[in-house]
Amino acid sequence: MLEVILYFIQQLINGITIGSTYALIAIGYTMVYGIIGMINFAHGEVYMIGTYVAFMAISGMAMLGIEFLPLIFLVALLSSMLVSSSFGWAIERIAYRPLRGGNRLIPLISAIGMSIFLQNYVRLGQGSRDIAMSSQISGGWSFGPEDGFQASLSYIQVLIFIVTIISMTVLTLFISRSRMGRACRAVAQDLKMANLLGIDTNRVIASTFVIGAALAAVAGTLLGMYYGVVNAFVGFIAGLKAFTAAVLGGIGSIPGAMLGGIILGVTESMTAAYFSTEYKDVVSFALLVLILLFKPTGILGKPEVEKI
Amino acid sequence: MRKNLPFALFTAVITLVLSLPILGLKLTHEGTKLVLEGATQSTYVYIFLAAAAVFLSQLFREQLNAAKAAVKPKGNILAKLMPPEEKRDMAGKIFFVVLLIAAVLIPFNTGRIWSDIATLALIYVILGLGLNIVVGLAGLLDLGYVAFYAVGAYSYALLSQYFGLSFWVCLPIGALLAATFGFLLGFPVLRLRGDYLAIVTLGFGEIIRILLNNLTSLTGGPNGIGGIPKPTIPMLQFDPEFSIVNLEFSRRAAEGNVAFHEFFGVPYDSSLKVVVLYLIALVLALVTIVIVRRLIRMPVGRAWEALREDEIACRSLGLNRTAIKLSAFTIGAAFAGFAGSLYGARQGHISPESFIFFESVIILAIVVLGGMGSQIGVMVAAVLVVLLQELSREFDEYRLLAFGMVMVLMMIWCPQGLIPMKRPHLQLKQE
Repeated sequence: MLEVILYFIQQLINGITIGSTYALIAIGYTMVYGIIGMINFAHGEVYMIGTYVAFMAISGMAMLGIEFLPLIFLVALLSSMLVSSSFGWAIERIAYRPLRGGNRLIPLISAIGMSIFLQNYVRLGQGSRDIAMSSQISGGWSFGPEDGFQASLSYIQVLIFIVTIISMTVLTLFISRSRMGRACRAVAQDLKMANLLGIDTNRVIASTFVIGAALAAVAGTLLGMYYGVVNAFVGFIAGLKAFTAAVLGGIGSIPGAMLGGIILGVTESMTAAYFSTEYKDVVSFALLVLILLFKPTGILGKPEVEKI
Repeated sequence: MRKNLPFALFTAVITLVLSLPILGLKLTHEGTKLVLEGATQSTYVYIFLAAAAVFLSQLFREQLNAAKAAVKPKGNILAKLMPPEEKRDMAGKIFFVVLLIAAVLIPFNTGRIWSDIATLALIYVILGLGLNIVVGLAGLLDLGYVAFYAVGAYSYALLSQYFGLSFWVCLPIGALLAATFGFLLGFPVLRLRGDYLAIVTLGFGEIIRILLNNLTSLTGGPNGIGGIPKPTIPMLQFDPEFSIVNLEFSRRAAEGNVAFHEFFGVPYDSSLKVVVLYLIALVLALVTIVIVRRLIRMPVGRAWEALREDEIACRSLGLNRTAIKLSAFTIGAAFAGFAGSLYGARQGHISPESFIFFESVIILAIVVLGGMGSQIGVMVAAVLVVLLQELSREFDEYRLLAFGMVMVLMMIWCPQGLIPMKRPHLQLKQE
């Protein structure tokens, strides 16, 4: 009996770990969608680039002989955030801003093009083989009997929780307290009106892309250190999952993205543990379809009023 | 110029940030350790040149724009080449007939390889036209179109393998099955808004691929299914007794069939089966073109476009939103099934690898490149995309990079496509 419970707890821990990084990526989708009503298809690629830059920073510092872990982690995090947010900014500038206000399909298609471009850009620079890195932070705590199944909580998982919680708190404070955050909320409510009232909407939209990209880079750094592997094509599936999480929680809503991410992560790890690893993606998409069927706005989404 | 300076500097720095880590540094394995390597000197030179170019173009933005406006011709270049409005119908018909004759003659003038490529182009024409109904006309973004294509291909492969059914029986079954899948998927999700639809169809495409990969006992898993027979042609036979036989184009016919060269007593020609497949594809593509052409002019076709333009207006006029969307989705899926069966027959071997998300993107790119809703545009784009893919095999590294870039630039510069859709309209003659 104890073993069954421990096994379940283990899956829960794994699920929440993955889920919280999904949530970090999902925020990028949900913020952009909340403000301009468009899906940023190239967001998964931003995450992938974040992982690459984090790996570069870590191996670069190892070559310089720096071994102080917090410093390594901090530098990796900041450099990947810097590069990824530049990508986020550039994506908005190139693939979204010239197309704003037209047919809704058009920016979506240009974003798909952007995503293909970025994947192959990275492949060109870094090669198409997997890049593996040995784990920087190892060890953890174990619970359970010495001779039976032990549930374990590794340090890296704890780090993921802590960093996710900090990022989410900072984001929530930023959105609710700062001047820019207030502008963001105003633009999300009514872009035209906000513009009339003197808010620089271009700036607000650009900054949502940048913030989303920075959070994706945080997720990229964390997941990169957790899995230890990256290639140029991991962004696609991660982006898809994160988008599913955003829709699940109610697109446009930031707490929804967090909730959706966690639900998705836990569902996935439970499916993988109790059912089959191959079908975990099938189950998460089926979950998405079910939620959309019964609650088209997602769990925490607000119903959209159709305006004429 | 002065006021552009800070922004120009900023963009130059951003360019450096975007390119230096990704192109200028390379992660490589050295034993068990991961190390960073620098790129070649020329790479750095290019990166700095690119940054300088961005800096200068932003600095002299106004002058550049003015220069561009002076050079740029007014209106669409292609539109200028087109004949005037009133003669366009006639010109279109003549053009079509010429094209058709050329298409029939292709296999007899070119080699086997080109006939094969032309068959692929025709498959993409069918796919493009099918997706055009969904995306171009009904305005529903379907990112999992490849799933229906896979259903068609696998249904032909499986039916011929397990039940020995012929191509001509499997073709409608494949289309029907794909349509059923489209209907079943569309039924729950079409009530959703467009963006949700995109993601759910994308997920559906992935689900189908994962299923094909994992249902090993049925689909052969990642290895796929091989030995798919080529289409046969039924023919009246008088000699021993009056009956219908299936002609095959291989050297030796399977049991119950007769080989073409034996039937007519001509020497065996191995390129014949490619030519015949091409001609079958041509006929199927023509059928598709005619059906879609008629559909667009039917009330349901008008309703698709009306719904795309203004959903609320349509509903207040009493159109059933779900039924219309569902019909577009189902019919589009049926054509994908059609093309899928043909693809299975052409390849002779199919595996889940042929039905990845990227395939959906290519079909979508065909529709977008040709001009959403424009039939002739989609056909031209399908041929162009297949040709470009074949011709650019040598530059494999840069092919997809360019593909993505073209997609973005196309959306920025001419989102209505190469040959924009011409709406049917009436014009009063001015005296």
